[in-house]
Amino acid sequence: MSTSTLTGPAPARLRLHPLRDSATMLRRNLKRMLRYPSMTVTLVGMPVVFLLLFVYVLGGTLGAGLGGAAHVGAAGGRAAYANYVAPAIILMTVTATVQGTAISIAMDMTEGIITRFRTMHIARVSVLTGHVLGSMIQAVFSLAIVIGVALLVGFRPTAGLGGWLATAGFLVAVTFALVWLSVALGQVSKSVETASNLPMPLVLLPFLGSGFVPTDSMPAVLRWFAEYQPFTPIIETLRGLLMDKPIGNNAWIGLAWCAAIALGGYLWSKRLFNRES
Amino acid sequence: MTSKQSRPAIAATGLRKSFGDQVVLDGLDLNVRQGTVFSLLGANGAGKTTTVKILSTLLSADAGDVQVAGHDLAREPDAVRAAIGVTGQFSAVDNLLTGEENLLLMADLHHLPRGEGRRRAAQLLEQFDLTEAGRKPASTYSGGMRRRLDLAMTLVGSPRVIFLDEPTTGLDPRSRRNMWQIIRDLVASGVTIFLTTQYLEEADELADRIAVIDHGRVVAEGTAEELKRRIPGGHVRLRFADPQGLDAAMRVLEQASPDNDALALRVPSDGSLRALKTLIGRLDDRAIEVDELSVHTPDLDDVFLALTGNPSNEKVTTR
Repeated sequence: MSTSTLTGPAPARLRLHPLRDSATMLRRNLKRMLRYPSMTVTLVGMPVVFLLLFVYVLGGTLGAGLGGAAHVGAAGGRAAYANYVAPAIILMTVTATVQGTAISIAMDMTEGIITRFRTMHIARVSVLTGHVLGSMIQAVFSLAIVIGVALLVGFRPTAGLGGWLATAGFLVAVTFALVWLSVALGQVSKSVETASNLPMPLVLLPFLGSGFVPTDSMPAVLRWFAEYQPFTPIIETLRGLLMDKPIGNNAWIGLAWCAAIALGGYLWSKRLFNRES
Repeated sequence: MTSKQSRPAIAATGLRKSFGDQVVLDGLDLNVRQGTVFSLLGANGAGKTTTVKILSTLLSADAGDVQVAGHDLAREPDAVRAAIGVTGQFSAVDNLLTGEENLLLMADLHHLPRGEGRRRAAQLLEQFDLTEAGRKPASTYSGGMRRRLDLAMTLVGSPRVIFLDEPTTGLDPRSRRNMWQIIRDLVASGVTIFLTTQYLEEADELADRIAVIDHGRVVAEGTAEELKRRIPGGHVRLRFADPQGLDAAMRVLEQASPDNDALALRVPSDGSLRALKTLIGRLDDRAIEVDELSVHTPDLDDVFLALTGNPSNEKVTTR
């Protein structure tokens, strides 16, 4: 030690262990997910239901309207639409998962256990990172199921290994950002009900972007919003990676949004967690 | 207590806290000796929970100096957190985890080695009579079991100072007595307990010292006996063998009033030896036979109502 302080090094008992505490909190959250499986099922179920609705109910007509592709009847339209909508459904899987994050954070906050954690000598941020890591694992699990179902109903991505790896990495970034935002939304909610409603815009945003129909089919004002909102570049990047199409600068814009949302969500969450109750 | 001059477990001076323009703590002073039970007694809204929240680092005070377990609360909150355990008014257990998992979670957060954590959890389950329920989720527990698990979780880290905020509120009488015994055992093992309660009986049973707070300020402090002595309302009860004795005594003792027992009298008295001697002397002079004499000191109910000066206020509960 080249420097010495008046108080000297903290005794072993006083040192904080953020990684170890985060791992402990992660284990807690995974256990909670297993004990409360209905939430996970609901969260995976929603994107699957949307996928089936859009491919089988609306897909024939919407696919025919996509343009570009030659008119090959409803079945051809449906196949084309499955490819078009899958990235939006994949993103929806992430937003559904983070809705679950907000709910479980709010559930925690209404229970006394968080107060207990606050009075304990632990790395405070671990309470939140435990949720973040837990939600990310849940998201991976949900994404695997939803992508599997998409492949079954006619999603035919043309990406190679590189494309899939890039997709995975990009989805991790998107999930990480939205989870931190949700951690804040869960804390700002006064009740579990509010927490389940607050992230609703996240679920709706893919509709107001290029998720379900091309933005150039929208009226001017909506189109302007759709083109500049964060989910459009994110969906376009996923689409480009999975269908092996040019992405342009969408990936960078999407990643910039992710960085901004993650940082904002993290700082907001930290501030909310440290506020006095 | 040992003769060794030990520093107090909790020392607070001039503690102030307001929420908006509502003053909750108005210059609270506290001094809690190590290894004792200190009870903060007050009605709902007197500032008990706010005090616990401040002392346990959940809230910061607007003003005042606080040392807990020898550490300054404002400058070394982490050191304070490492030394304390808190069992709040509302249960702080994870309902989706089992009792055992809750305890193991605490063991992990205190960085106990795995084997030691398991041993500690098993020992606490045993001690708190939860071994059978240990593998069931906490959501299935009764109020008393939940409270015991809550306290057991607080003990995993072997805290030196334990805050118990209304630990028996809402418990049935049996669970409450269980909790009292647990608290007595804890103190016997050397920890300091800071207990808030709205039950006078509980403070009387457990506390070495009691501070009565009202409107965010200590209005009286001392042992239960000291507090009771401060209050007028004590009396001597005399019981006679026959009506003649009673009549004779009535003539001698002008302040006496009949008790609800037909052959008994109530004589106002502070219960001191001198007053008793005078009383007995006067009865002896007239050769009045007294069957039975008993001294009644006021109970904490009287103290509390006298001190907080609001007898019509029904917020204090005695059971």
